[in-house]
Amino acid sequence: MTRIRLLRGVIGVCAVAALAEAAARLGAVDPQVVPSASAVLLRSVALAGDPVFLAGLADTVLAWLAGLVLALAAAVAAGVVLGSVPWLSTPSRIVVEFLRPIPSVALIPLAILLFGSETEMKISLIFYAATWPILLNTLYALRDVDPLAKETLRSFGFGSLAVLWRVSLPSAAPFVATGLRVAAGVALVVVVGAELLSGGTSGLGVFLIEAGSAGGGTDVTLAGAVWAGAFGLAVNALLVRAERGAFHWHFARTGQAAG
Amino acid sequence: MRGPGTAARGARRMLAGVFSRLWLAAVLVAAWEAVTRAVQESYFPPPSQIVVAMHELWFSGPAGSLFLTEDAREDFGHSLYNLFGGWVLACLAGVVLGVALGRSRTLADYVEPVIHFGRAVPPPTLLSFYIAVFSLGTPMQVATIVSGVVWPVLLNTIDGVRTVDRLQLDSAQVFGVRGSGLLLRVVIPAAMPKIVAGLRISLGIALILMVLSELVGSTAGIGSLLIGAQRSFELPEMWAGIMLLGVLGYLLNAVFVTVERRLLRWHLNVREAA
Repeated sequence: MTRIRLLRGVIGVCAVAALAEAAARLGAVDPQVVPSASAVLLRSVALAGDPVFLAGLADTVLAWLAGLVLALAAAVAAGVVLGSVPWLSTPSRIVVEFLRPIPSVALIPLAILLFGSETEMKISLIFYAATWPILLNTLYALRDVDPLAKETLRSFGFGSLAVLWRVSLPSAAPFVATGLRVAAGVALVVVVGAELLSGGTSGLGVFLIEAGSAGGGTDVTLAGAVWAGAFGLAVNALLVRAERGAFHWHFARTGQAAG
Repeated sequence: MRGPGTAARGARRMLAGVFSRLWLAAVLVAAWEAVTRAVQESYFPPPSQIVVAMHELWFSGPAGSLFLTEDAREDFGHSLYNLFGGWVLACLAGVVLGVALGRSRTLADYVEPVIHFGRAVPPPTLLSFYIAVFSLGTPMQVATIVSGVVWPVLLNTIDGVRTVDRLQLDSAQVFGVRGSGLLLRVVIPAAMPKIVAGLRISLGIALILMVLSELVGSTAGIGSLLIGAQRSFELPEMWAGIMLLGVLGYLLNAVFVTVERRLLRWHLNVREAA
């Protein structure tokens, strides 16, 4: 069954590639503008050995990773504080509701002015964009922790820190992980967007914009997008697998697979 | 009987409720104003100055056009046209394709890897490709939005259609409901909660991509005003653009939630009863 599905998937991918190839070869689209699938594929392979591209990709990924880790730490800490201090949690909801909808890309022009260093600029933007999904998921998850479990621990004489560490955080962790997965996707959008605009020296977005403006065919930009997509797929698969491994008890209880 | 005493007590309680919600926001705005005035850093104009800039840019027009200025009508019109144009196109495509793929496991097996790859590609990486294909302007922006936001709608629709209750499908069949009747009266309503969740995610992404596509390549719209203000160091105007986009994001979400409640009232009722 899985083998049939795998086979069908491969056939589907090949069919789409063949269709794109045919459209370019038969002149349905201008191959100067929309390159054939084979050209993009060849260029992707070539990019894998291109030091400029690899250095750019590494810069982007490192900034992305640093921003995400910082956002995770800050958002979980803020979520715990806001979730456990009642007189702060009600008024902070309004503040969060007004800050969250600011599209993070709208801050790119400000961040470019504020930060002299490219890396700092990127990490700050990623931090802003990634904080909200993680913070909101942490807040909602902490509100939904089973009160019986907390009371049980309390009646055995555990302090509130022990309750937080042994009950609240573990039961919130699967939702925090979901928030992290959403944040990882948004962060990738923001960091590439920032690189497109900043006129910086290194990064995936910088590589793409230079490839586009140098008049070198669109096969280079599409090959860059192919690698970015492969990276996105790998990250998602890795996070889903890590979630399943770490929180198998959670998925066994709710009867759902991480999606 | 409710005497004047209870009314006063009710009003006082409401006031206390409003205060307990808003005091932090008020304190933060006041602190923002005070600190920015004290520091006099040109990158951080005080919020009062930002509001003045917003008023001058967009809301000082004649009463006949709802106080919107000429610029406001042009900027908002351009941005909202691209935003909703792209979003609606992507939603239509996503729902139609998603229903087809959700109904046929075989068909879904063939295209699902392609869909997952498409979703994984960060939309900004395609921007320079679209600029090459469409050059700058509305088609480029709409293409960016459509190809970025179609995926959540598509995947959620597939999921929603696939998990329609077997019993509902069987009962419909017993009553002789089939074909398009089955789709419109059973399958799509049952999948609606998941479809709407996908539409909401995609609206958020559409706003991000609208701003980004205007920042990178456009001469009209809120995003292009923002980057123009940045390049000429008009800081209050730039902050006004950021604020406006925040308000827009807030309003879009609020309107969506209201419509969603209306649309899914039956679903929420069923869930509460269960």
